[in-house]
Amino acid sequence: MLELRDLTLAVAGRRLCDGLSARLGAGENWVILGANGSGKTTLLHTLAGLRAPDSGQVLLDEQPLRAYSHRARARRLGVLLQDYESSLPATVLEMALTGRHPHLGRWQWEDEAGRALAEKTLATMDLAGFESRLLPTLSGGERRRAEIAALLVQDAPLCLLDEPTNHLDLQHQVDVLALLTARAREPGHLNVMVLHDINLALRFGTHAILLFSDGTTLQGPMADVVTRERLEQLYRCRLREVRDGERPCYLPA
Amino acid sequence: MNRRLALTLSLVVFAPVSVLLALRYGSVATDWSMLWGALHGSAADTTTTAILDLRLPRALAAFAVGGMLALAGALLQVLLRNPLADPYVLGISGGAAVAALGALLLGLGGLWVNTGAFVGALAAMFLVFGLSRAGGAWTSSRLLLTGVVLAAGFGALVSLLLALAPQAPLAGMVFWLLGDLGYSRTPGLGLFVLAAGLALAMALARPLNLLARGEMVAATLGENPVRLRLAVYFLASLLTATAVTLGGSIGFVGLVVPHLLRLVSGTDHRFLLPQSVLLGGGFLTVADTLARSAVAPLQLPVGVLTALLGVPVFLYLLARAHR
Repeated sequence: MLELRDLTLAVAGRRLCDGLSARLGAGENWVILGANGSGKTTLLHTLAGLRAPDSGQVLLDEQPLRAYSHRARARRLGVLLQDYESSLPATVLEMALTGRHPHLGRWQWEDEAGRALAEKTLATMDLAGFESRLLPTLSGGERRRAEIAALLVQDAPLCLLDEPTNHLDLQHQVDVLALLTARAREPGHLNVMVLHDINLALRFGTHAILLFSDGTTLQGPMADVVTRERLEQLYRCRLREVRDGERPCYLPA
Repeated sequence: MNRRLALTLSLVVFAPVSVLLALRYGSVATDWSMLWGALHGSAADTTTTAILDLRLPRALAAFAVGGMLALAGALLQVLLRNPLADPYVLGISGGAAVAALGALLLGLGGLWVNTGAFVGALAAMFLVFGLSRAGGAWTSSRLLLTGVVLAAGFGALVSLLLALAPQAPLAGMVFWLLGDLGYSRTPGLGLFVLAAGLALAMALARPLNLLARGEMVAATLGENPVRLRLAVYFLASLLTATAVTLGGSIGFVGLVVPHLLRLVSGTDHRFLLPQSVLLGGGFLTVADTLARSAVAPLQLPVGVLTALLGVPVFLYLLARAHR
């Protein structure tokens, strides 16, 4: 579905990744891991077409991403940003309905189905009854869930998510990741997400891209890529491995 | 939802009522039956003249100017993602004022003042645009800073012109600055620009809902943010330039009307933009009627009235919204 060809990214003269190539297929749940400033967000924005790669190419369904119009791209690919600028005070439902935008003609209004989808999605994000609340009156976690709802209402097969669990409490972290993972398993769907929690990444992710601070990368199926030694190198932090049944968990030593 | 519809409907009623009030009241005493007669062609000639030839064009001009200012304000508040933005914040009216006051100082006539105002506004618009683009990135904050700084510069030039002015043109210059619809005899142009501007703005209404969430959000939801921002900037600038040319710099309408509507009826621009036109137009028409008739035969600058009426209403709604 998504192909990265020899991708090189640089910010302020510093190489973040050098010659990254990968094929991301339908049904997979990719996680980008790396330390602060290692280029996770820059990579995600490049995959979203929000910035051009310094060299190399991103292909979406075999077509160069650059060849898509903004609108055609928005129907295939949705993005959850890490932070949102504080906006003018809209209601939660108005915000969720912005997700319908790429599916509507210039003079068209959201139909009943679109409205029902927005309300249903807000309910799955545990925001039933919040429809007419103003965004500035929400807590950080509630606001994050409303942003995720707007992304789900966009209903794009490929979702790029920058730290979706930011501000969420434990229950909602697990619920949201379980829902996103279930969605990635549907035919023709794919997720790429930036996560900071290694253990959630191991539990929900199928594949990983590790961005090391020297610009090298490592990518592939989760079990092949993630080991304690590599994570220690990635985060420059000593880790202790404990077992939760079959699954390894990593704690800072 | 119902509240938004009810508000829209009451504004649809309010707008023509404001024009009727403007026709009914003025320095010459008239009543509703005389107004009815004038509209039917059965009143005395002097009454008909006062109502149809003097009050009607001025009322329509007031409506057009108010509508344009409120629409421009609504657009700029999204473009700059700042509720304090108004049609004057980017210095466009400042450019108009410098050119118009220059014409007045030289003792030139009404047409020169209007042409000067329009050319000055356009020059300021391109100056702000060009300077805020220099060096590539065209961000909201950069646009706002460039506009604010240039507006301050224009303000200094206006003060300089006022200081240099001899007694004779000074009163006219001050009146122009405070906003005055007394010279608006031909409302056709203003109404046309208002209608065309609203139609263009409505085509951008849903994209504006995205832009309100941020430029990057607009890009991820299928809009080209650069093109969208350019369209909004030029549309708002042209509306401001036309409004300033017709009515001088009338403050407060462009700031308060859209903001007030955001407080009452939400942020969906498909409602907010036409509501702004109706409320802004009706509000300025009522204010201008008061300016003409409150202490008749003396005329007050309408900009003073818009502020005196707008400040308490706005503060009341603001206090209520935070409860």
